[in-house]
Amino acid sequence: MLLKLTGGTVYDPASGVDGQVKTLFVLDGKFINQPPADMPVDKEYDLKGKVVMSGAIDMHTHIGGGKGNIARMLIPEDHRKDPVYRSDITRSGCGHAMPSSFTTGYRYAEMGYTAGFEPAILPINARQAHMEMADIPILDKGGYVMLGSDDYLLRMLTAKKDQKAINDYVAWTMNAAKAIGVKVVNPGGINAFKFNQRQLDLDEKNSHYQVTPREILQVLATAVKEIGVKHPLHVHGCNLGVPGNVDTTLDTIQGIGGLPMHLTHIQFHSYGTEGDFKFSSGGAAIAESINKNKNITADVGQILFGQTITASGDSMTQHANHGIASPNKWVTMDIECDAGCGVVPFKYRDQNFVNALQWAIGLEIFLLVDDPWRVFLTTDHPNGAPFTTYPHLIRLLMDKSFRNDMLATIHPEAQKMTTLGSIDREYSLQEIAILTRAGAAKLVGLDDRGSLGEGAWADITVYTDNADREKMFEKPDYVFKDGELVVVDGKVVHTKWGTTHIVTPEWDNSVEKDLQKYFDRFMTMKVGNFKISNDEITEDGRGSLTAHTLNRVS
Amino acid sequence: MTEIMEVPSPFCGIGADDLSISVEGISVKVTKNGCSVNTPAFEQAITDTSARVNGAEVSLDVAVAKAAELLRASNQPVIGGCATDVNGMRGIMAVADKAGAVVDNMNFTGARRNFLALQDTGWMNTTLAEIKNRCDYLLVVGVDLEGFAPRFFERYMWNEESMFLDDTSQRQVVYLGKAPSADASTSPAGVKAKVLECADADLPEVMEVLRALVKDKKIVAESVAGIAISELQAIAEQLKAAKYSVVTWAAGALNFDQAELTVQMLSEMVKDINTLGTRSSGFPLGGKEGDQTANQVCGWTSAYPARAKFSAGCPEYDPFLFDSNAMLANGEADALCWVQSFNAQSVPPKADVPTVVVARSGMVFDKEPDVFIPVGTPGIDHTGHAYRLDNVVAIRLKKLRDSGLPSTADVLNAIEQAL
Repeated sequence: MLLKLTGGTVYDPASGVDGQVKTLFVLDGKFINQPPADMPVDKEYDLKGKVVMSGAIDMHTHIGGGKGNIARMLIPEDHRKDPVYRSDITRSGCGHAMPSSFTTGYRYAEMGYTAGFEPAILPINARQAHMEMADIPILDKGGYVMLGSDDYLLRMLTAKKDQKAINDYVAWTMNAAKAIGVKVVNPGGINAFKFNQRQLDLDEKNSHYQVTPREILQVLATAVKEIGVKHPLHVHGCNLGVPGNVDTTLDTIQGIGGLPMHLTHIQFHSYGTEGDFKFSSGGAAIAESINKNKNITADVGQILFGQTITASGDSMTQHANHGIASPNKWVTMDIECDAGCGVVPFKYRDQNFVNALQWAIGLEIFLLVDDPWRVFLTTDHPNGAPFTTYPHLIRLLMDKSFRNDMLATIHPEAQKMTTLGSIDREYSLQEIAILTRAGAAKLVGLDDRGSLGEGAWADITVYTDNADREKMFEKPDYVFKDGELVVVDGKVVHTKWGTTHIVTPEWDNSVEKDLQKYFDRFMTMKVGNFKISNDEITEDGRGSLTAHTLNRVS
Repeated sequence: MTEIMEVPSPFCGIGADDLSISVEGISVKVTKNGCSVNTPAFEQAITDTSARVNGAEVSLDVAVAKAAELLRASNQPVIGGCATDVNGMRGIMAVADKAGAVVDNMNFTGARRNFLALQDTGWMNTTLAEIKNRCDYLLVVGVDLEGFAPRFFERYMWNEESMFLDDTSQRQVVYLGKAPSADASTSPAGVKAKVLECADADLPEVMEVLRALVKDKKIVAESVAGIAISELQAIAEQLKAAKYSVVTWAAGALNFDQAELTVQMLSEMVKDINTLGTRSSGFPLGGKEGDQTANQVCGWTSAYPARAKFSAGCPEYDPFLFDSNAMLANGEADALCWVQSFNAQSVPPKADVPTVVVARSGMVFDKEPDVFIPVGTPGIDHTGHAYRLDNVVAIRLKKLRDSGLPSTADVLNAIEQAL
């Protein structure tokens, strides 16, 4: 099958193409530069005047796993506001804050997204994460496995096991859970909460293990690097949401000593304590530190106003925040000596000082980080806002006058506490393509996605240029997944199943001997039954696994 | 004969995965770590191997076509039972979406007590490994725990080693409401569980008093439902003194009106303890007949628990109106599809409507259904996934033998295609 996409204006940062008119060829799902002279074109699309990018990639979105399903169960009243009807080609579901799996796939695709990565896969819950994601149509998916509050690792640290042993354990767990990255959430804090600690600062010790978050970050960031995983350690830091946590975040950046580290939903970790309300923006300081430290990447976790639900592995923080649940109902769980979770519905209000300033802080960070390859567009779906708000967020980044109009409507004291109004920067289309495509693919470690260059899979989004960027990005003309047309005029016209992206770093077999003993003594299942086999992903005939390359390990 | 080790069970709900099973042809025998729930469930012989329409043996294709015809002709079909593995439940969801059916898990009326409490105020819960390693005080409310899960105490309380308790035999166990049916809760050191009995119907009042005592509210009465306040006061003190207490209940056992308020009361009490200087967690018991699996899969595909209706073209949820038994009794449903992959004794409700049964081989009917399709059992005849009672862990079920029976998913996917 040979496709010809003729004459579009192409934004492909991965290939260094910035707004040039180009014709693209797709053969059997992948880009080729030039088809053989005698090969007939099966289908041609005239894209003259259209904007062409690769399919967008959400590198941090909670789309699979137990806490998301708890979130769904918790808020039937939210689903009732957004019923999704079935059609001859699509399944029914519900939308809004925490959509059902099928609706998740359709709505992402209808915005031009072709991949999403679940950032918080508990090893013990990895089966569920993959099973849920297996029911998300169209999108490619994958996830980061959560470590750092698991008793096995903390026991290793207390026992002063060497880095090599930790590397083996991390690599083994990534294979067992079918992950492409490693995440740490409130390092050691989820575990400390089980011992009745209610906060855990960067240098505060877990009362049982006598281990600090700083040590956990250090060994995990080192492990990820040394086993060759391209996606840097994905860090949800200490003290999420706590006024003054900007200092913790800056210290976390300094403390990692140049190791690659990704700071996720950094907006929630950029708060000072100045002003009448003892809550202020640390956005500028954070952006400056990111600009200076080239080993650091960050996604923003922008909040947008309205009802949502927060679902996090950070049971400690979610419990601390239960008082602001809206509506007033919430869940926390301690999970299998592995991790935990907390689910708290929340409504962000533009006339609430704190929420208004959170909104401004996120935008400050977007606009003050110089390098678009090291900052990523997220709302930490659904925690800051549902992913369906992305087109609105893109407009806020690309359109200064729109942004300032919005700024003028938020809580007046928050307006005074932000420099947002004085920032002139407007993102270009190429920069948006970096944030949401080329940069994201590079950060996740995808070999052949996020690019329109030869050899890449043909995930393509075609837009009609529109000065109203929200309108432009919410309704692409065409979306192609692996070269198949799946969306026309912002509506799904065809569905297919994406692949699951993983890495398979190597480990020393001896690690499993210790793990087997540990599982037999303390866990509730056999280690052999814990590991996810390949056929669990592929046996239904829809799923597939795509293993990506690793960095060379010395 | 082959011996298969580390076999996980979908039957007991606690996800025991240490069974040894010997297989000879299609005969299965539990040789190690069986129990009164798992052993008979694994060992049940295959009797039916052929589908039937109106009692006559037919090919699978004919049975599937007839099932689709009955569903197509129906204005409001209901899919009951919903006792199957993840792929079977996915098949149910696909059929329901296309046929505009109601999906209703057979245990939902019990589980509803939990969902109503969850959806009103939420809870703080835990899972089995946390109990095994941390729980120093177990309060069992209104359920005979060992009758529910015969191996619970052996596997999760009296385990030899735990990471955070020096001596697991020092754990305290207290029963409130129902007394235990045997001695599994007696510690290896010989200490019997404390039992404070009351009638089920008195549990709301007893729980209310206990929560009040936890919060240091003054109680004037000297007893409640025959239990001395001083006894409840002692429990309240112990809950607050424990490092990691666990309060467990089985929604299905709380068989009285508005039992959701009792679930809510104990869940809110657990939350209270967590603001009073220590840790505590709830632990709902369930996980049988695929109930957690049904709720999980229905949850991610529709966003609602497994009592949902699809006839409007989108999912709708009502924990009362879409009770399939009530709908059948009231004439609101005009076709029944009963799916039960695990338990041949669990027959469809009596209903005078066209009936399709997709169920474990060996089901015996008072009245032959219009269509009966015997299927293999997940975890015996084919691989699959099933959720444990704690709702976090999905266990990987093994295929133990070649019976030639189709899986529930095979059958439902074929019906969906035929619709």
